[in-house]
Amino acid sequence: MATKRTIEVELSTTGLTKDGKAQRVPLVMGGGAAVALEAPPSMEPELEGEHMLINIGPQHPATHGVLRLVLEMEGETVVRCIPHVGYLHCGFEKIGEYRQYNQIIPWTDREDYLNSIGNNVAFALGAERLFNIEITERCKVLRVMAMELSRIASHLVWMGTTCIDIGAYTPFLWSFQYREKIYEMLEKWVGARLTTTATRVGGMAADIPEGWTDKLQSFVQDFPRTLDECERMLTKNAIWVGRTVGLGVMSPEEALNYGLSGPMIRASGVDYDVRKDFPYLDYETYDWTVPVGTSGDVYDRFLVRMAEMRESVKILAQTLKRLPDGPVNVDDPRVILPPKKKATSEMESMIHHFKNVMEGPRPPIGESYVAVESPKGEKGYYFVSDGSSKPVRWRIRPPSYVNLSAIPKMVEGHLLSDVIAINASIDIVMGEIDR
Amino acid sequence: MRAEKFTVISAGHGGGDVPATPKNVPHKGGDANPSAAALQAQFGAAIVRVDVINGETTVIVDRDKAHDIIQWLHDEPTHAYEYLSDVTAVEHRDSQRPIEIVWHLRSIKFRRFIRLKAMIVKGSALSICSIWDIYKGADWLERECYDMFGIQFVGHPDLRRILLWEQFKEGHPLRKDFPLRGRFSRSQQLENALAANPEARYSMEELSIVDAYEELPLDMRRRLLGGEKTGE
Repeated sequence: MATKRTIEVELSTTGLTKDGKAQRVPLVMGGGAAVALEAPPSMEPELEGEHMLINIGPQHPATHGVLRLVLEMEGETVVRCIPHVGYLHCGFEKIGEYRQYNQIIPWTDREDYLNSIGNNVAFALGAERLFNIEITERCKVLRVMAMELSRIASHLVWMGTTCIDIGAYTPFLWSFQYREKIYEMLEKWVGARLTTTATRVGGMAADIPEGWTDKLQSFVQDFPRTLDECERMLTKNAIWVGRTVGLGVMSPEEALNYGLSGPMIRASGVDYDVRKDFPYLDYETYDWTVPVGTSGDVYDRFLVRMAEMRESVKILAQTLKRLPDGPVNVDDPRVILPPKKKATSEMESMIHHFKNVMEGPRPPIGESYVAVESPKGEKGYYFVSDGSSKPVRWRIRPPSYVNLSAIPKMVEGHLLSDVIAINASIDIVMGEIDR
Repeated sequence: MRAEKFTVISAGHGGGDVPATPKNVPHKGGDANPSAAALQAQFGAAIVRVDVINGETTVIVDRDKAHDIIQWLHDEPTHAYEYLSDVTAVEHRDSQRPIEIVWHLRSIKFRRFIRLKAMIVKGSALSICSIWDIYKGADWLERECYDMFGIQFVGHPDLRRILLWEQFKEGHPLRKDFPLRGRFSRSQQLENALAANPEARYSMEELSIVDAYEELPLDMRRRLLGGEKTGE
């Protein structure tokens, strides 16, 4: 059940008490006299304890894609929730078994499409462990930049759309403005905004263009101001607090048992962040902290995501300071195409080029599972190789799929309107859930 | 002021080393996860083999003992694998090789990662124990595995297809004998899709929770009464 919390609210409206609870306000009739109007006779038929079945989705703006929820209602209260997923299923994992490693990278864009460049990096990390490749220092820092930028972009979309679900419109515009700036930067870097395909096994598709770091510098300076504005609009807003506090509570033990990850598990008070606990890309050398919630409700998930964006800005500022010069791609003709000039003038390079394009890089027999901290949680790529240029098995561990599987537990006993808020708080991307 | 705060569970509080990004990991060999040795001591012959590949420890376990082993790893406070990352399966291109069920477990307390595998020899029943009673997070992961590979998870409370629709008749897509384009021609697939009755997607179980059953058309009631789940 909902935990009792009190949050000091500002911008309080007459419809809410100080602790964010809704209250009936008598309508003020002329002369300043408060007159409580009698409740009108109910137009609805008496259900007398019967349960009602309500279907939300698959085409519903508040389900963030094509999720279908069948709800068993007792009055306004949810008794049971049965989610149906799979409307976007495209068989990514099956298709991956028929593609070379670099050819799979475009599929990773389309899976969690709010975090496409982060998925590219995660895929490349998994494949590189399979190939047993150590990437260059510059590449590591560039990838950290890519991951943190895409984390901010994804959280901004989350904040904007959740605001819209709950009834606030302005923060949506502010967050999408800054998301646009991130996409502009990505476009300058790799040529695409959403479907980036930015990495290759052993490196990146492109180095950052000249002057790009200045753009990032100004983003790092300006963005926290927008975050402050959004926080001022939401964090102590009585309506926001009233619509989010005490909803969908998961205790730390439940969160662990349900396999939640990302902001979901951290809001529940488990300090689990893949970047800290199973680090990759030298995340342990950056100075940042893991924000942890204490009540596991929708409000805490909001606070954790906001704090995470600030931490990402901190990491971005550090990447700018330490970005080393040097090559981006590894010097390994097994996986990386030789420079065009060499390929057209040296016999050996031409053979490498030909083999790489026609046959594709071949990893040794083995397997690897690399998980990264995506904006949604622990995103893992599991590869099994039999020594050929195409994986035997390519598995995506989808964080929002596992997070969504806890929704029947979270919405139980809440009101129908709270189902929308709880569902929004999971930050689902149906492209990733259905794959 | 907030009331009723949780006590924060801190990762690595069991004395796990402060980790660093793994570097120069050998392809084969290296230090195994200490839990692997503990498993061998505890379960003996039920542990078939321990491999270390790319720095990751893989423990191949006996198919019938898998549930006990995972339960032990979860409950034992000196290992505390409380977090289930993934449940999946692997079928190799060589059709003689067994199908592998793969569990990825994490110990948040000790910051450890272990991969367990159980082999299902081709020709034997495609079934394995469900670990839903240990990790609730296994619910949808096992359903997906059933959907994609046709593996029966014994003990799962609600083993239905999840990503594909319940009337899907073509088999299990991630099996190697399943063609990439599907079993039927495109036109046949379209015909099947158009012929599917969308209202029949309510199962009897969902309908029985309300009294909507009486309001259904007679033919649908008859079909549902026959034990049909989706009205094929």
